Amino acid sequence: MGIGLTHYLTLAAIVFTIGIAGIILNHKNIIIILMSVELILLSVNINLIAFSSYSGDLTGQAFALFILTVAAAEAAIGLAILVAYYRNRGSIAVEDINSLKG
Amino acid sequence: MYLLIVFLPLLGFLVAGIFGPWIGVRASEYVTTGLLGVCCLLSWIAFVMVAGGADAHVPIANWFTSGKVVVNWALRVDTLTAVMLVVVTTVSFLTHVYSIGYMAEDPSRPRFFAYLSLFTFAMLMLVTADNLVQLFFGWEGVGLMSYLLVGFWYEKPAPNAAAIKAFVVNRVGDFGFLLGIFLTFYLTGSVAFDQVFAAAPGLVGKTVHFIGFSWDALTLACLLLFMGAMGKSAQFLLHTWLPDAMEGPTPVSSLIHAATMVTAGVFMVARLSPLFELSPAALSVVTIVGGTTAFFAATIAGVQMDIKKVVAYSTCSQLGYMFVGLGVGGYSLGVFHLFTHAFFKGLLFLCCGSVITAMHHEQDMRAMGGLRKELPVTFWTMMAGALALSAVGIPFTPIGFAGFVSKDPIIEAAFVSHRFGAMYAFLCADIAAGLTAFYTWRLMFMTFFGKRGDWSATLPSAHDGHGHEDHGHGDHPVRESPLVMLVPLIVLALGATFAGMAFRYLFIGGGHDGFWRSSLFLGQENDILERMETAPWLVSVSPTLAMLIGTGVAYYMYMVDRAAPARLAAEFPPLYRFLVHKWYFDELYDFIFVRPAFAIGRLFWKGGDGAIIDGFGPDGVSARVLDVTRNAVRLQTGYVYHYAFAMLLGAAALTTWYLFGGVTQ
Repeated sequence: MGIGLTHYLTLAAIVFTIGIAGIILNHKNIIIILMSVELILLSVNINLIAFSSYSGDLTGQAFALFILTVAAAEAAIGLAILVAYYRNRGSIAVEDINSLKG
Repeated sequence: MYLLIVFLPLLGFLVAGIFGPWIGVRASEYVTTGLLGVCCLLSWIAFVMVAGGADAHVPIANWFTSGKVVVNWALRVDTLTAVMLVVVTTVSFLTHVYSIGYMAEDPSRPRFFAYLSLFTFAMLMLVTADNLVQLFFGWEGVGLMSYLLVGFWYEKPAPNAAAIKAFVVNRVGDFGFLLGIFLTFYLTGSVAFDQVFAAAPGLVGKTVHFIGFSWDALTLACLLLFMGAMGKSAQFLLHTWLPDAMEGPTPVSSLIHAATMVTAGVFMVARLSPLFELSPAALSVVTIVGGTTAFFAATIAGVQMDIKKVVAYSTCSQLGYMFVGLGVGGYSLGVFHLFTHAFFKGLLFLCCGSVITAMHHEQDMRAMGGLRKELPVTFWTMMAGALALSAVGIPFTPIGFAGFVSKDPIIEAAFVSHRFGAMYAFLCADIAAGLTAFYTWRLMFMTFFGKRGDWSATLPSAHDGHGHEDHGHGDHPVRESPLVMLVPLIVLALGATFAGMAFRYLFIGGGHDGFWRSSLFLGQENDILERMETAPWLVSVSPTLAMLIGTGVAYYMYMVDRAAPARLAAEFPPLYRFLVHKWYFDELYDFIFVRPAFAIGRLFWKGGDGAIIDGFGPDGVSARVLDVTRNAVRLQTGYVYHYAFAMLLGAAALTTWYLFGGVTQ
């Protein structure tokens, strides 16, 4: 049995789910949330490339390159925000970040 | 000139009331008193002119015109008005002068003099009224000023309560008065006196439907109007405010609650004599109410210990006499008694004020005694007032003190009148004459004779501490009042002595018709003034006899055997309590009206407003909004993962909807 489109989509779905679970279940470390966000983006990339290859349309692969760029920028900005936040509050524990509470 | 008489006091009020703080206390006093002096002088000139036959009608302006209701400002000056002008301005002027001395230690004198002047203006508006609405304007004006002056010392709770009571009780009477005005307008289509009086004879026998009954129109109108008079003149059932009103400064009691305002009811009935004369039933009611008041107030006055309360109930009683005079058809008798009463009752109150000042604001007669030597002028002037009030005079002659000359004809007229209720009124008035003498001399003996402390043993224990404190005061000598207070006393004492004899001929004697002319209306068959002369001699002597008996009893109880009053009170405790509690009227009204009113008020306040309107209205809405927001707030935890979870749910829901519903569209 060769590796077909279904396998790629299944892998992407598993990665996506891990990313979601990482965001929802993680109550400790905000860096893990950032990593989970990366995982979600990657799962989307896998989907795009799989479909691109399957349908022979290069647009999806070009899109994936764009997403990688955006993800890199986002990770940089996200980390910068975390550093700034840590300097201000002295903590980046997820449980301490609740100043939006009503 | 008439305009000046009416509007000078208003000017005085404006000056003292608005500019008082700038021009100073002295200037306020002199301006108001001076203007009143001019006013008083002009009034006497007007009186002489009108007595000579020069009635006047001074139109001022149109007040309002609404459909058929046309109300004009105008001054109607006929004999009745002229008499009232003289009474009002004279007593008011003397009271102003007296107040300069009496109020000397009060910090808000400009306000006091402004009120007094405004009161005088309202009273003059009342007596010069040309129509019922203008009369009502003055009527309410004096009521308002009475409220403000009774509550003049507004820092203390008692005057405030008394002022509110005076106002509320008067509202009851004014309610009837207003209905009477409405009915009169309904019947005659006008509120102007001339038109009303012209239309009145045509109304005899007409009926109106009111609260389910068919009434004689004129009788109903007169009874409603008389209800206003009962309130203002403190007649039986609506009298309860007058004794309480003594919480005000004494000059106010003298001017408003003895000489002028309370006689407004008498004036009103006399002014509307063309209406009342046509309704014998209404006049019967006037007679009976007057007689009852004369008797019942006199019984209460005999047991009161507060010197001002005695005089207050005496006023009530004397007003009853006036109404008896009006009721039996002798309008001039009632007005004559009003005229003389203004002098001697104003005098008695001012004397009380002088005594109270001298006693360092002690009003209980049991703390007094033997003041004759220390206050000679007050004593002799008050003696004149007491002689006038107890109606001392020589029967069968017009020689006597003012009260005698005006009161005894009323009693004779009540006897000879054929009106229903007149005999009852005669008996009441005759007995009251004896009671009048009793309480008058009781007051005089307790206050001026004997020696200080004769009665202090009977002071209630609560008062004892006060009494001792007063003995501390007693080291200060009891000093006669200053001249500025004594001169008005002397002038009024002359009035109390001679006013009756001097004016008898004009008011009720041979000069009657030429003097009153058309200002008092007497029906064709009303010959009460002629028949009055035919009263049996026993009737003519009876008031004097009653007076002598009353005086004798007072002399025995308060001079000879000083233990007698206490013994008498101990022997008839229920009767004594009944009288001391003023026939339980305050308690009765408290039970029937005041407490239910409070209960209903509380029901509407707590139940209606608080629970229903607020509960379902603003309070309820805001509470529900708070509940919702409290739950909404709980959603905002601030934790990132909660938001992320919500986002996921949303995305999942959206996707599900898209997959199962969206595509098929």
